[in-house]
Formats: sequence, C-alpha cells, structure tokens
Amino acid sequence: MSTTTKAASAPAATTTAAKPKLKTSAMIASFADPGQKTSSAPFGHALVKAAQENDKIVGLTADLGKYTDMHIFAKAFPERFFQMGMAEQLLFGAAAGLAETGLVPFASTYSVFAARRAYDFLCLDAAEPNLNVNIVGGLPGLTTGYGPSHQATEDMAIFRGMPNLTIVDPCDSVDIEQAVPQLAASEGPTYLRLLRGNVPTVLDEYGYTFELGKAKVLRGGNDVVFISSGLMTMRALQAAKALAAHNVDVAVVHTPTIKPFDAETVLAEINTDRLAVTLENHSVVGGLFETVASAVVTAGVGKRVVPVALPDQFLDAGALPTLHDRYGLAVDRIVAKVLAELG
Amino acid sequence: MPTETVQDAAPQGRMLQTAVTPERVDKISAAAYRIRHHALNMGEVQGQGYVGQALGAADMLATVYGDQLNFRAEDPHWEGRDRFLLSTGHYAIGHYAALAEAGIVPVNELETYGSDDSRLPMSGMSTYTPGMEISGGSLGHGLTIAVGMALGLRYQGSSARVFNFLSDGELDEGSNWEAAMGAHHHQLGNLTAMVDINALQADGKTDTVLRTEPVTEKWESFGWYTQRVDGNDVGALLAAFDNAAAQAAAVGRPSVILCDTKVGRGVPLLENREKAHFMRIEEHEWQVCREQLTAGYEGKASA
Repeated sequence: MSTTTKAASAPAATTTAAKPKLKTSAMIASFADPGQKTSSAPFGHALVKAAQENDKIVGLTADLGKYTDMHIFAKAFPERFFQMGMAEQLLFGAAAGLAETGLVPFASTYSVFAARRAYDFLCLDAAEPNLNVNIVGGLPGLTTGYGPSHQATEDMAIFRGMPNLTIVDPCDSVDIEQAVPQLAASEGPTYLRLLRGNVPTVLDEYGYTFELGKAKVLRGGNDVVFISSGLMTMRALQAAKALAAHNVDVAVVHTPTIKPFDAETVLAEINTDRLAVTLENHSVVGGLFETVASAVVTAGVGKRVVPVALPDQFLDAGALPTLHDRYGLAVDRIVAKVLAELG
Repeated sequence: MPTETVQDAAPQGRMLQTAVTPERVDKISAAAYRIRHHALNMGEVQGQGYVGQALGAADMLATVYGDQLNFRAEDPHWEGRDRFLLSTGHYAIGHYAALAEAGIVPVNELETYGSDDSRLPMSGMSTYTPGMEISGGSLGHGLTIAVGMALGLRYQGSSARVFNFLSDGELDEGSNWEAAMGAHHHQLGNLTAMVDINALQADGKTDTVLRTEPVTEKWESFGWYTQRVDGNDVGALLAAFDNAAAQAAAVGRPSVILCDTKVGRGVPLLENREKAHFMRIEEHEWQVCREQLTAGYEGKASA
C-alpha cells in the first residue's frame, strides 16, 4: 500500500533517469537450454502421422489450437478437426460423444482448464464409460510464467484419482512422437502432459523407446538413483552428468507413465543402498513422489525417498528460468540438494 | 399390468409423418398410459422415487420412443439407430418404462429398479442398461455429449438423429449454453433437445431457485429452431416433433422442443399434492394412484 503511494508521488526528477532494462520476462516460455537440439511441434506432427494410419482419429480444441500444436493437425485434416470455442465442458463432453460414435478424439486445451474446469465431464462422460478420449493438456506443471491461472502444478494430483484414466508425462519430443500412436491405440481415456513448440530432443541418445505403462532405466549409477518423469528427466540426466564431476555416480529411471504406474521396475531400482530421489514438474502433493511413496510403502520397503518437486503453494509469475531456479527444478539446485543429502 | 408394447410399430425407415391423426394420438396416449403404469409399479417397489417426473414426462417419452426414434429393439447398439440421451439421470424410472415399452428392456425386469445388482439403477447409466446411451445424473452433460455424437455421426456419413432429454432446472448449468452455442455453430441439424419444463427443481419452484425464463427467447437467441408446447398434450407433441423432423438435416439448425409438463400428470392424487422433487407416496396410496391413472385414461379414451 505505502509503496504504491510513494511511487505515485515520486518526484518528477526521477522520471528523467533511464529505466533499468529488465533482463527477464514471463515471455521467456521455453525450458529448452540455449543451443539444445529441439523438434518443432512434435505432438502436432505425431498426431498427423497417426491420423494418416488411423482414420478414426479426430482432433478438437477449445480456442487453443495454435497453442497446443493442434493447428498442425487442423491444417492437415480440416474435416477431422472440430473447434469447440472457449468452452471446456463442451470440449470434453463432445469428445466423449465423438468417442461414443467410434471415433478416437484428441482434445486439447491447457492442463489447468482440463483438470480444473472440466473434471466432471472427463470423469463421467469419458472415464466412467472407459471411452478412448485423449486429453492433451498444455502448460503442465511449471512451464509458463503466467502465474497460478495457467500453471497446472496439481494436474496429476487431480487426475490420479480418476479411475480408468492413463496419465503420461513425457520428457521430450521422442516421448511425445512415440506416445501419440500408443495413446490412440490404447483403450480408455488418457491424459498427455503436452510439451509444445520447440521441444527438446533428449532421449534419442539413450537407446530409448517409449512403452505405455513402462519405466525405463536410462543410465546406471552406484550412489544415487533418480526416479523422474516429464521434463524433469531431462534435468535429471543433466544433473547426473554434473554430479559425476563430484564423483557421485547417478542412475536415472524415467517413468513417463504415471498411471498405471510401473511399480515393479521402479521398486527394483529403489530397493538398494543408493540415495533415492524423485524428480517431477508438479506439486510435491499428489504427483510422482506420492505415487512412488505409496508403491514403496505398499511393498513394505523401508526406504527414505527425497522429493524434488514444486512446493505446495501458488507459484510466482516470472521468467521460467528464474522460477525453475527459485522452486528447485534447475540443474544446479538438484545437484546442490543431492550433495547436501549425501553430506 | 399392461402388456402391449409399441415396439412392432416403431418406424424402420426415415419416413416423415405430417398428419397428426387420431390413430397416432391414440397409439401414443396408450403407450404413455403404460409408461405411467410401469413407473407407479417401479416406484412402489422402492416406496418412493422420481415418480412425479416420470408421470410428467411420460407423454414426451412415449412420443419419442413410440413415434420418432429409429431403433432395433433386439439390437440396442445398432449403428444406424437414432440416439436418445437421458441427461436427467434421475428420470431413469420413466426412461426404463419407455425402454420396456420399446421392447429393449423386458417388462418383468422393471421391478428390479433401484435394487442391488439390478441393470436399472436409480440414476441412469450407460454401463448398466441396454438402450441407455449415456450416464446422466450430473446435470448439464447430455447436451455436450450430444454435440459430439452429432458431429461424429455426420462426419461418418450417418443420417441418424440425436435427441437429448433435459429439464428446466438443468438449464441452470452453464454447460448447456456452451453446447447450445456449439450445436448452432456447427449447424448440427440432426440434433434435437427436448426440455421438460415442470417448473420444479430440488430446492423448490424453478422461478424461486434460479429463474430460467424466458426460456423460449433464450433458445431462439442461440439460433435454435424453437417450439414450445404443452408437454402433456400428445397431439401437440406429435405436431412439434413432426416439425422438428421436417427441418432436420445433416447441416442445419438444431431444434429444441420446450415441453411444459405437470409433475404427477395423470394421477390427481399426485398432481394436487404439494410438489416435491422427490415425492413420498404412502404404502396404501400406490393402488389409489393406479386406479386414478386407469380411470383417467379410460375416461379420456371413451370420451
């Protein structure tokens, strides 16, 4: 309050001074590193490819075609694309209706709107009848600096309780390209945490293939095991390399399918003497950490698990690199946390 | 117990009827009578239920199942069928009676309504009941699904029509208006909404809970072909559905038939009772209800 008053009554002399140039902006919306290999709109192109092989695939969006890479599909198959307007209840109700007629809809919007505005429609119209409705949610977790209206920090927590729903949190363009046809082929509803635009290409160097429902060990390591999903697998791999310089040997297990969860693979990796760390682009409540924790407890494994996750709070607006550093998703923060844990 | 059904007379092709003949009115009135009778019997087993709604909507259900819908009773999933979506899941008691009338659910199964392990749960679900297209009950869903079905059927070259049954209280839900815009935008001419306006919702009269009027003007302003009729007048219903059928097209205006109905219609004891969303009927009253229903129907039929 007082700050505002002061600013309003600031002496005229200060206005002549050059404004300091702001270095960061919420418009910095990419989490790719400078110079990193990327692929443009991998979801849109993968959907077009899948649709060329499966004439049942249709696309819908709620006024966010250009922002969820759905526009690629709309351009390729205008007669198979349905614009539903800024109406998410209609978007997902209609997607269920399309699936009722035997089609395979992919319906895109931002994750916040899918999870928060349209849950009832997804739950009852798509999940209860177990229809092949594929939800494509942009801006999952902390992938925008727009603040809580756009940051879907709790989308997996919301969706994990929905019976029948498969949840996929891809790391990169490789994951997305390979996941799309598998999501179309799988029965029942799915939720894809979309990475859009120029998406990093990371997993091609690890002899990796995406298999729905499977976790994959990307690299072995004797001291620490990272269990990660989504873009945090990219950070986990980078942190593992950085930790090698500290003589810390880190294994990385990528688990892009959050539900149903590949507990067998993950538990086999966790049930060792290594420090176990989960890494996710999501709230510490209700996401990968708690998925792993419940698997660990259920199996009776007496093992501490350290979470790298977003805090249970509404996050700040700002530039993505700033926020990833602030909330502990940046590589340096991961490295520091692991070194502190190892004492 | 009425035993006739209209299943054999269900339309097999897409024939447009233009004249509301006494024969059609009599046939549908008889079907509506049987639907009401079934609903009272089903309500008696549970001792309560949404009997008032079933009685009020019986003429609408009889008209759509007995005169309008294209379906195969022996094959409820037949690809070419018209779709009837019950958005108001609690009207299932009336819908089951209509499905029995249509020959899709055996009449003798109706007594399992609302019982454990029954295929006929209190709130309609597609995963339980043959002929039930969607799981309604969370209100404001049916019309959004109907939009997708109409898009999907049209895209696949089907001329099947989609009917979504909703109620005036349900119009409180904003999703209906998202769907109303969507249906008009996409020119879903084979989509018809039928709204049971009984002016009653869970907490009281609709105009005291959340005013939905002027309903006609709302739908008209959303670009729908809009008709408003006495939903307990079979002749008026047939004429309205004929009009909707005549203008139905793969690409065209969606249509809505707004039906003013009376809760408990056909049973004076219930028509005059204080209106309640969930009507309590005493054990000894069920037989009185049936007798009043039959007396009213036979009186009208012989008039």
